[in-house]
Amino acid sequence: MTAATNAAGFPILSLITWLPLVGCLVMMMVRGDEATVASNARWTALWTSLLVFVLSLVLWVRYDPSEAGFQFNEQVAWLPEYKVGYSMGVDGISILFVLLSTLLTPICILSAWEVIQTRVREFMMSFLILETMMVGMFAATDFVVFYVFFEGVLVPMYLIIGVWGGPRRVYSAIKFFLFTLTGSVLLLLALIAMWLQAGTTDIAVLLHTTFPAGMQNWLFLGMFASFAVKLPMWPVHTWLPDAHVEAPTAGSVILAGVLLKMGAYGFLRFSVPMLPEASAVFAPFMFTLSVVAVIYTSLVALAQEDMKKLIAYSSIAHMGVVTIGIFTFNVQGISGALFQMLSHGIVSAALFLVVGVIYDRIHTHEIARFGGLGDRMPSYALVFMVFMMATNGLPGTSGFVGEFLVMIGALQVNFWLALLGGMGMILGAAYMVYLYRRIIFGRITRDDLRHILDLSPREWAVFAPLIVLTLWMGIYPSSFSNYFDATVGAMVQQHAAALGGASKLAGILPAAGGITP
Amino acid sequence: MFYPIAVFAPLAGALVSGLLGRAIGDKAAMGASVLGMVIAAICGPLACFQLTGGADPATFDLGTWIEAGRFHVAWALRYDTLSAVMVAMVSFVSMLIHVYSIGYLGHDPRPRYRFFGYLSLFSFAMLMLVTADNLAQLFFGWEGVGLCSYLLIGYWYDRPSACAAAIKAFIVNRIADLPFAVGLALIFFKFGSLEFPVIFPAVAQHTADTYELFGTTFPALEVIAFLLFIGAMGKSAQLGLHVWLPDAMEGPTPVSALIHAATMVTAGVFLMARMSPLMEYAPVALAFVTFIGASTALFAATIGCVQNDIKRVIAYSTCSQLGYMFAAAGVGVYQASMFHLITHAFFKALLFLSAGSVIHAMSDEQDMRKMGGLGRLIPVTCTVMWIGNLALAGIPPFAGYWSKDAIIAATYASGSGIGLYAFICTVLAAFLTAFYSWRLLFLTFHGQSRADHHVLEHAHESPWTMLGPLCVLAIGAVFAGWLLDNQFIGAGWQHFWNGTIYNGEHNHVIENLEHLPIWVDYAPLVLGLAGIALAYVMYIANPLLPVRLAEAFAPVYRFVLNKWYFDELYDFIFVQPAIRLARLFWQVGDVTIIDGVPNGLAELTTEGSREVVKIQTGSLAVYAFVMLIGVVVLVGIFMLSR
Repeated sequence: MTAATNAAGFPILSLITWLPLVGCLVMMMVRGDEATVASNARWTALWTSLLVFVLSLVLWVRYDPSEAGFQFNEQVAWLPEYKVGYSMGVDGISILFVLLSTLLTPICILSAWEVIQTRVREFMMSFLILETMMVGMFAATDFVVFYVFFEGVLVPMYLIIGVWGGPRRVYSAIKFFLFTLTGSVLLLLALIAMWLQAGTTDIAVLLHTTFPAGMQNWLFLGMFASFAVKLPMWPVHTWLPDAHVEAPTAGSVILAGVLLKMGAYGFLRFSVPMLPEASAVFAPFMFTLSVVAVIYTSLVALAQEDMKKLIAYSSIAHMGVVTIGIFTFNVQGISGALFQMLSHGIVSAALFLVVGVIYDRIHTHEIARFGGLGDRMPSYALVFMVFMMATNGLPGTSGFVGEFLVMIGALQVNFWLALLGGMGMILGAAYMVYLYRRIIFGRITRDDLRHILDLSPREWAVFAPLIVLTLWMGIYPSSFSNYFDATVGAMVQQHAAALGGASKLAGILPAAGGITP
Repeated sequence: MFYPIAVFAPLAGALVSGLLGRAIGDKAAMGASVLGMVIAAICGPLACFQLTGGADPATFDLGTWIEAGRFHVAWALRYDTLSAVMVAMVSFVSMLIHVYSIGYLGHDPRPRYRFFGYLSLFSFAMLMLVTADNLAQLFFGWEGVGLCSYLLIGYWYDRPSACAAAIKAFIVNRIADLPFAVGLALIFFKFGSLEFPVIFPAVAQHTADTYELFGTTFPALEVIAFLLFIGAMGKSAQLGLHVWLPDAMEGPTPVSALIHAATMVTAGVFLMARMSPLMEYAPVALAFVTFIGASTALFAATIGCVQNDIKRVIAYSTCSQLGYMFAAAGVGVYQASMFHLITHAFFKALLFLSAGSVIHAMSDEQDMRKMGGLGRLIPVTCTVMWIGNLALAGIPPFAGYWSKDAIIAATYASGSGIGLYAFICTVLAAFLTAFYSWRLLFLTFHGQSRADHHVLEHAHESPWTMLGPLCVLAIGAVFAGWLLDNQFIGAGWQHFWNGTIYNGEHNHVIENLEHLPIWVDYAPLVLGLAGIALAYVMYIANPLLPVRLAEAFAPVYRFVLNKWYFDELYDFIFVQPAIRLARLFWQVGDVTIIDGVPNGLAELTTEGSREVVKIQTGSLAVYAFVMLIGVVVLVGIFMLSR
């Protein structure tokens, strides 16, 4: 393997990507009775994922935030005659998602420690394979490599829902698979068309390739079909609540934490920078769908009777905020969208873990089965409160920064976009506070809740890093946003330059304060 | 140096008490929380005196907060007169209420560390709000106090009514916060910054800016001022968004005193004063502020006259007094509204805490119809409550006289039409204020006792941890107006405020306060005395009169008693439709329509393949026969077409 200019001195991205598979191999080699295999699988998975996480911290330390382009580049000839190569690299947009994936995987494995009792080895293997796919997807700098990983994510996730899920797991798993796969076919078409036009699938080259305006629109629609389903955007969102309800806790965590970011990442990586004119043409359409998503799904969340469904719908609303931010094409909007994605990755993952805690004890997600838990579970109530407020966007938590920046970005486009896109502030507060009231407040009326236990040390270990991150991102967000400032700035400038309109530039350049629309 | 300590000591107390409370025990947690507050209450006023004594205003920079392109906000503490005055008041009153709470919650069976943790956290958030050097940090405090208010209203979370009130408070505040946040975004759009030192000097250059909305062009500053004021209306419970405040009385009484009287609800008034350099360039928005403020003052006072719950009377009174403050801000005399804010903090906290003392004595009874004649049993409480009401009604020389009269005079002095409207509303409200205050006093402390004799046997004066803060606040309610008058609105105001409150070039209302007709000065006092006399007639001299009046004017009485039916109206036009819409979107939109397509396709595939399967019978004879027919047809076509 030849690693070209690489800040770490060795092919670290490939190492992070493929190391989990080594863990899988180790697990497969173990022989013995079921208990030995299971215990071995748990520990191997945990240590592998922790090692991967520690390795990924090298990226955090060695990444140069002042540089906008790809770093830690690796290049291996794969199909040279077709100009398709195995190439890896991270820039400001992707680096934090690599870290998010490597952070959430050990947390998921830890959260599934006692709950998963059947086919433990296979479960852990699925998670490690999933980690490989996620990291590979965010680190790929070749469109074909990206596509392979992008689709590869589906398989382990499909198995996690279909094998370890709830009673309607098969329906949900198939729905999840078919919805997302259908869109991806069109992405493949767009990919082939771009390859025919540009002669390469190297993302760094594609970023600076100008596609004809008419073609851009078709390419945009092809990508839209795939990314909108993954995101998910209204009205192709209905696979998500079903998938969440049936998935095991760890599956929901990774689905909400990382997989939902793939669609928005796609928009940011491909649609906006490669198809600037089409993006501008379709921006009003994207805004409309996003605003509908925010209001519609928030209202639907209000009526839910199942905790996981409620949080799933709230995720859709939050992703609506993300798409608003992306298509504002200004620094505040896109930075806000990125930050909102990261924050949602932490907070919604944590909320599914919060649901998991009481699901493990009582074995239901039904809201009406609970009530008055505050008496018996004060620590749990506190943890739940922190994440509830973070998802509501309370200043001082990570949720605020993204939402506020998106609002600032959106207002530069349109007043109503900012106001209606911000409706989540009200409706989100309503459904979360109402949920909290039904779970934590009130009196305990059911006998099985009278002896429910508060958080165990293992559960504390799961939540503690997430709480720290939520507050850290809320109080000192610069230590994160600093990673993508340069990349976003370059992206916005390039976008404005591609459009060439002076009117667009005016809204972005620093000196242009106080212009009137 | 004192200043940052005053802000962060409560945070330390909150963290120790809230997070370690279970580990270190209730007493230690309470001690930590109170200690943090005592430190703040020493440092806060000291920092304020240093400033008024001639120290230079400053900014304590704490670090970067949010950065994105040219958007930049920092964590910073602003040290100027306006902030320092608020810090001094908040830390001092909060400290008293912490001490009071030790006694008040003495009988509560739950561990108390949670309560003290919340209370200290609230104080921190409030201090961050008033010391903010930019609007984003102000919003941090703004939402932080909202969270703590929600937690404290729902403190007794096993009571359904407390949970409902907490949710209502949080959501109504959020409804107002959304326009507020959009207002911040608009400020950034127009000014390129949210930092006060950048915005304020730049306002004059932006007076000609316009902003397009509803297809019409508006001055941008007016739009901004309107959006900010909507946020203030929510937090300060002004007409239309006031519905959460009376319900918030479900929380423990110290909470009502601290959050829903002295500090949090005044955040909106503070915002107006802080943003005065911008508000002064938005005359239409200011007229709207006056209109809402004056209307609230009168509207809430009418409801206060018929409530029977002792805390609710005071809650509506708070609502009404906040209206006064906004009326003054609207006519451009922010100094008077700040003056009333400070005096009101003393006497309204005093009133709530004395009401708490009454409730404590009466074994948690809050209905004034079941009280009466308590003055003999709890004389200290009775005395301080008299003082509080004298201050509230604006009887000289008590605190309210100075500040409330200044507001009423200012509305008249403004000379505008809306000012006259505000003058009429506030003078009428002054009459009603005196009436409901003495109705409260007479029903509670005087006349025949209507209480259950079991309750009366247990009636006792509160412990000293409660009476101590009451007496301190009573001293404030007596002297605060007289002491502060000269600095806040008198001859020394320019030196005192030192430019932190801005009055437009043509705004001379504050100078005109001295040259008003004599009857303007005396009207509120005369009407206030008349209100007291009326209360005496109705509740002492002729106790049957109120019942007869309620019967005679039954529709009016019911209308006012039911709080002008605001709750019912909102339920009908907002809450119920939202719930119905939610169900419709879910059951029809998602389940039937959106999922109908893939499920239908799947069904179609299944059905189709089931039909197709029927062809494959597995019988060789059938296959051979079909093949034969095929061959015949093919050969037939071949022959015919040749």
